[in-house]
Amino acid sequence: MSAGPHGAPAVGASRDPDVPPGTGVSSRDVRRRSFALLRSLLRPVARPAWATVALVVGSQVAAVSGPALVAYGIDHALPALADGDPGPLAVVAGTYLVVAVLGGALVAATVRASARVAQAILLDLRRRVFRHTQRLSLEFHERYTSGRIISRQTSDVDALRELLDGGVTTLASGVLAMVLTAASLAVLDWRSGLVLLVAVVPGVVLTRWFQRRSQAQYRLNRTAAARVIVRFVETMTGIRAVQAFRREPRVQAAYDALAEEYRETNAGSIRINGVLDSGLVLIGNVTVAAVLLVGGLRALDGDLAVGVLAAAVLYARRFFNPLAQIGMFYNSFQSATAALEKVAALLAEEPTVPDPVRPVRLPDARADVRFDGVEFGYGDGPTVLHRLDLHVPAGQSVALVGATGAGKSTVAKLLARFYDVRAGRVTIDGVDVRDVDPVDLRRAVVMVTQEAYLFSGSVAANIALGRPGATRGEVEAAARAVGVHDLVLSLPDGYDTEVDKRGVRLSAGQRQLVSFARAFLADPALLILDEATSSLDVPGEVQVQEGLRTLLADRTAVVIAHRLSTVMGADRVLVVDAGRVVEDGSPADLVAAGGRFAALHADWQRSLDRA
Amino acid sequence: MPPAPPVAPTTVARPASTVRVLSRLLTWARPAVPRVVLGGCTALGASLLALAMPQVLRVLINGPLLTDGSRRGVVLGALVVLVVGVVEAVLVWCRRALILTPGTGVEREMRTSLFRHLLDLPVAFHDRWSGGQLLSRAMSDLGTIRRWMVFGLVMLVVSATTVVVGTGLMLATAWQLGLVYLVGAVPMVWLSFRFRTGYKDVARRARDQAGDLATTVEESVHGIRVLKAFGRGDDALDDFVRQADELRETEIDKARTLSRVSFALGALPEAVLAVALAVGVTLAARGELSVGALVAFFATAAVVNGPVERLGMLLAMTLDARAATDRYLQVMDTVSTVSDPPVPRPLPPPGPRGARLELDGVRFGHPGRGAAAVGATDGPDVLAGVDLVVEPGETVALVGLTGSGKTTLLQLVPRLYDVTAGAVRVDGVDVRDLTRADLRRAVAIAFEDPILFSASVRENVLLGVDGDTDGDAADDLLAQALDVAQAGFVHDLPQGVDTVIGEEGLSLSGGQRQRVALARAIAVRPRVLLLDDPLSALDVTTEAAVTARLRRVLTGTTTLVVAHRPSTVALADRVAVLEDGRITGVGTHSDLLAHHPHYRFVLTAMQVEDHRLDDALHGTKVPR
Repeated sequence: MSAGPHGAPAVGASRDPDVPPGTGVSSRDVRRRSFALLRSLLRPVARPAWATVALVVGSQVAAVSGPALVAYGIDHALPALADGDPGPLAVVAGTYLVVAVLGGALVAATVRASARVAQAILLDLRRRVFRHTQRLSLEFHERYTSGRIISRQTSDVDALRELLDGGVTTLASGVLAMVLTAASLAVLDWRSGLVLLVAVVPGVVLTRWFQRRSQAQYRLNRTAAARVIVRFVETMTGIRAVQAFRREPRVQAAYDALAEEYRETNAGSIRINGVLDSGLVLIGNVTVAAVLLVGGLRALDGDLAVGVLAAAVLYARRFFNPLAQIGMFYNSFQSATAALEKVAALLAEEPTVPDPVRPVRLPDARADVRFDGVEFGYGDGPTVLHRLDLHVPAGQSVALVGATGAGKSTVAKLLARFYDVRAGRVTIDGVDVRDVDPVDLRRAVVMVTQEAYLFSGSVAANIALGRPGATRGEVEAAARAVGVHDLVLSLPDGYDTEVDKRGVRLSAGQRQLVSFARAFLADPALLILDEATSSLDVPGEVQVQEGLRTLLADRTAVVIAHRLSTVMGADRVLVVDAGRVVEDGSPADLVAAGGRFAALHADWQRSLDRA
Repeated sequence: MPPAPPVAPTTVARPASTVRVLSRLLTWARPAVPRVVLGGCTALGASLLALAMPQVLRVLINGPLLTDGSRRGVVLGALVVLVVGVVEAVLVWCRRALILTPGTGVEREMRTSLFRHLLDLPVAFHDRWSGGQLLSRAMSDLGTIRRWMVFGLVMLVVSATTVVVGTGLMLATAWQLGLVYLVGAVPMVWLSFRFRTGYKDVARRARDQAGDLATTVEESVHGIRVLKAFGRGDDALDDFVRQADELRETEIDKARTLSRVSFALGALPEAVLAVALAVGVTLAARGELSVGALVAFFATAAVVNGPVERLGMLLAMTLDARAATDRYLQVMDTVSTVSDPPVPRPLPPPGPRGARLELDGVRFGHPGRGAAAVGATDGPDVLAGVDLVVEPGETVALVGLTGSGKTTLLQLVPRLYDVTAGAVRVDGVDVRDLTRADLRRAVAIAFEDPILFSASVRENVLLGVDGDTDGDAADDLLAQALDVAQAGFVHDLPQGVDTVIGEEGLSLSGGQRQRVALARAIAVRPRVLLLDDPLSALDVTTEAAVTARLRRVLTGTTTLVVAHRPSTVALADRVAVLEDGRITGVGTHSDLLAHHPHYRFVLTAMQVEDHRLDDALHGTKVPR
C-alpha cells in the first residue's frame, strides 16, 4: 500500500496550478516563455513559411494587376481597336487570362502551403507535449489532473491551430497591402501621408489597450476551458458512480456553472475584440475625414490638385481596409499565446526523476538490490522511510508485509524509480538506479500494480505492451502461463478482441490476469508486484502462483500482498511499520518467532476457519 | 500501447442535406435568432456603407464642394464623411454586440444539453464511446459551430447578397457583359457542389481522428503508471505520433480539396472578366456599349469578385460546421435505452428489515458494437437465466469464477444496465417500472474499482445522501459509515473529513479508497446494498474488523455481496453460486462445500494451497 496521505496539497484557487511550485514566475516571464515556444515551433518550418509568404505576395500582385489591366484595356486597347488595331486588346485580354489562371493557382498553392506549415507546427507541438508528459514523473501526474493535461493537448493546441489556419496568409496580405498603399500615398502627396501618421498614435493606444485586456481575458479563457474539460473528463470517467448515487443534478449544476464561466470569458474576449474592431474602423474613418479636410483646405489655397486629393483620400481609405483582418489576426494571436503560455508551463516542468547525465548500461541485470540509508518522503511531505538499509540478493523473492500506510508501496516505487530518494541510495547490481540507463532499468525492473489499466486495442496488443514486437506465439505463451489463455479464446475474436473503453468488459480479475501476462512477457530481472492479485479469485490466484513459481525461480522479486497465501510463498518476509523494517526472516521463522507476522498469520488462519 | 482504433461507432450513412442538418441547430439557437438576423442586417448595413464610402467621397470631391470654393463646404464635406464613418464603426460594434454574445449563449446551451444527455445515457453507451470522442464533441465541435453561427453564417449571407446584388447591377449596366459573367458562374456553382461532397467527408474524417487522438491522450494519462512501470513511454509516443501524423495528412487532404475550389473561385471570375474585357472593348469600339457603362461594369465586378473568392472559405467553414453538427447530433440522437417508465410505480413503504430482492429468469448480453437494436448481443449471454431471491434483511454472497458475470449481475439492480430478458424486482416491483431516482435511492452499490471524485471525504461519502438531509443527521451518517468501513484514517488527514481527495487532492492507497467507497454505499442507508468484492484491497486485520462491523449493520439491509474469498463469504447468511450464467446452487457455506463441486473449486483451491504452505511452515521446503 502506498504511504497513506501523500501527494501534493489540494490545488485550489489559492495557487495557479500551471505555475510550478516555488518558482516566482511573473506575468511577463510567462509571456516570454510562450513567445520562445512559438519561435522554437516556427524555426524548423522557417523556409516553407517564407515560401508561403512569397506565394501570398504573388497572389496579391496578381490581384492588383487585374484592375490595372482593365484600366489599360479601356484607356489604350479601346482607342486602338476603334482605329482598327485589335492587337493591344488581344494582348491585354490574353495577359489578363494568364494572370487570372496564375492568380488562382497562387491562391490554391497558398492554401496548400499554409496548411502544410500549420500542420507541421501542430504535429511538432503535439509530439513535444506528449513526449514531455510521458517523461514527467508520477509525482507530477499526481498533482496535475489528467483533465488539465488533456486540455493542454486538445483545446490549447486548437487555439494555436486557429491562429495558424488563417493567420500567416491574413497577416502577410494585410501588411503588404498597407505598405503598398502607404508608399503610394507618400509618393503621391507626402503631407497627406503625414496625416496618416498621426492616426498611428490612437491606433497604438488602442492596440496596447487591447493587448493588455485580451491577454488577461484569454488567460481566464484558457483556465475556464481547462476547468470545463477537467469536470467533463472526471464525470465521464466516473459515470457509474454518478448514476448509481443519483448525482446527476448536482454534477449538472456544477458543470453548468463552469460552462457559464467559460461562456463569459469567451463573450468577454469577443467584446474586447469588438472594441478593437470598431475602434480601428473609427480611427480609419476619422483619418479619412481628416485627410479630406486638410487636403480640401489645401486645395482651396491651390496647394493641391483636386485629382490628387481624390486619389489621396481613396488611398487613405484603402490603407485602413486590411486593418480589420489584421485585428482578427492579432486577436487569434493573443488567444494562441495565452494557450501557449499554458503549454509552455507544462513543458517547463522538470521531471523530478531526471534521466542520468552519464547513463550506466545494465544490459544483463541480475538484480541484486540494495537500499543504503534510504530516506524518503513525498514532495515536501513528512519522511515516510527513515534510513532504510536492505539487501535483496539476486534471485531472492521478498514479501513486504505491514499495515496500510506503513511504507510498503513506497519501497516498491523507489525500486522502480517512480520516485527518487531524499538521502541515501538505491542500487541495482551495485549501480545507483539514478545512474542506470532508463531503457535498461525499465527492461530490468517491471512493476505490476493493483490498477490494471487496459488501453483500447486488442487483447493481444495489451499483453504485448510488456514487450513490443513479441510474436503471437510469445503473447499466447505468456497468457497460458498466467492461465488467461482459455478465457481469451472464449472472447468473440480471441486475441484480436477489442477491449472496450477502459477494458470494462473484462472483469477486474481478468484485467489483472492480462497485466500479469504483460509482466511475464516483459521477463524482467526484478519483478515488483504491488497488490497485483487483489481482484483474483481463488483458482485465478492459484494459477498465477503456479506461474509465478516458474517465473520467480531465478529472479529477484518484491511482492506486496495482504493475502498471506501469496506471502507465504516468498523466500523472505519483511514486516514494515511506520517506514522501518521491524521483522526480517523466512515466513516459517517469523511465524515461529511469534512477533507481528505471527499475529498476522494467526488472524489469517482464523479468517479461513471462520468461513 | 496499441494503436487506438476509431472508437466512435460508425453512423449509418444518411444522405441528409447540409442545410437540413444545420437547420437542426435551431433547437438550441432559436432564442438567438432575432439577434442573429438583426446582427446580419447591421453587418449588411456596414458593408453597404463601406461600399458606398468611395462613392460618397467621389461625389463630394468632384461635386460643388470644391468647385464653389468655400471653406464651409470643405468642412461640411469632411463632416459628412466623418458621420458616415462613425455610423459604420457603430454598426460594426453593434454587429459584435448583437451576434457574438448570444452566439456564446447558444454554444453554452448546446454544451450543457450534451452533458445532460450524457448523464442520462446508460453505462452501456459509455462503455462503447471513448472519452476523447465525447470531449472533442463538447469542446472543439461546439466551438466550430459557434464560430460558424456568428461569423460564417453571417458572412455567407452578406457575401451571397453582395454577389447577387452586384450581378444584378452588372446585368443592369451592361447586359451583354452580365450574361458573360453569368455563364462563367455556371462552372463555379458546379465546382462548388462537387467540392461540397468531397470536402464533407474529409472534414468528418479529420474530426473523428482528432477525437481518437484525444482518446489516446486521455488513455496515456490515465494509464501513465502502466506505461511507466513497463517503460513504454516511447512506444506510446510512437503510436501517438503515428496517429497525429494521420490527422495531419487528413488536414492536408482537406486543404488540397479546398485549394481546388480556391483555384476555381480565384481564377474563374478573373478569367471571365478577361473575356468580358475583350467582349466589352469590342462592343464599345462598335459603339454598342458606352465607355461609361464599361467602366461601371468593371468597377462593380471588382467589388463582387472579392466575396466570390471568399465563398470557398465560407463554404468550407459551413461544411466543417456541418461535420461538427453531425457529430454532435450523433450523440444527441442516441436514445437512452435505460429510461424512466412513462407511468412510474412507487416503491411500497420500506419494511423494517430491508427489501426483498428478486431476480427472475434474468438474462443479459453485452450489446453488440454499433448495433443499436435492443437485444442484439455480441457472443453468448453473460447471464443466461438467473433466478435468485434475497429475503429482506438477508445477506447473500455471490460466488463464481472471474468473468462469470457477478459484477454485471450486481449492476442490473440499480439499472446501470438493463436485463435483456427476465426481470429484477425490488419489493415486488420490476425495477424498470420505477423512476431511476427512486430505484437508486433504495439501492446502493460499492464498486470493486472505487470511483472517488475530486471533493472532500465528506462529500465523497455522502454522495448518495439526499441534499436536504440536515447537517447533524448528515454528520451522523458520515461518522457511522466511516466507522463501519473502518475508515478512521480520514480523521488523520490534514483537514480531516474536509480534506479534498481524488485527482485534485490527496491520493489515497487502494485499500483506503475502497473503504471510502464502502462507507459511501453504507451512508445511503439503502434497502438493498450491493457490495462488489468490497474488501479485496484490505489486509487481513482490517478485513476482519470491517466484516465484524458490517455483520452488525447489515441486519436491517438486504445485501448481495460478491465474494472471492472465504473471509468475505463469512458475511453472508447464504451463498449463491454463479456458474455458466446461472445460479447452480444456493445454500450455506458448509452445505455447498460438501455438495457443490464447482463451489469447492472456486473457493477452496486456495485452502488446499494453504495446507501445503502450512506444511512448509512445519519444516518442509516450500516448493518454488
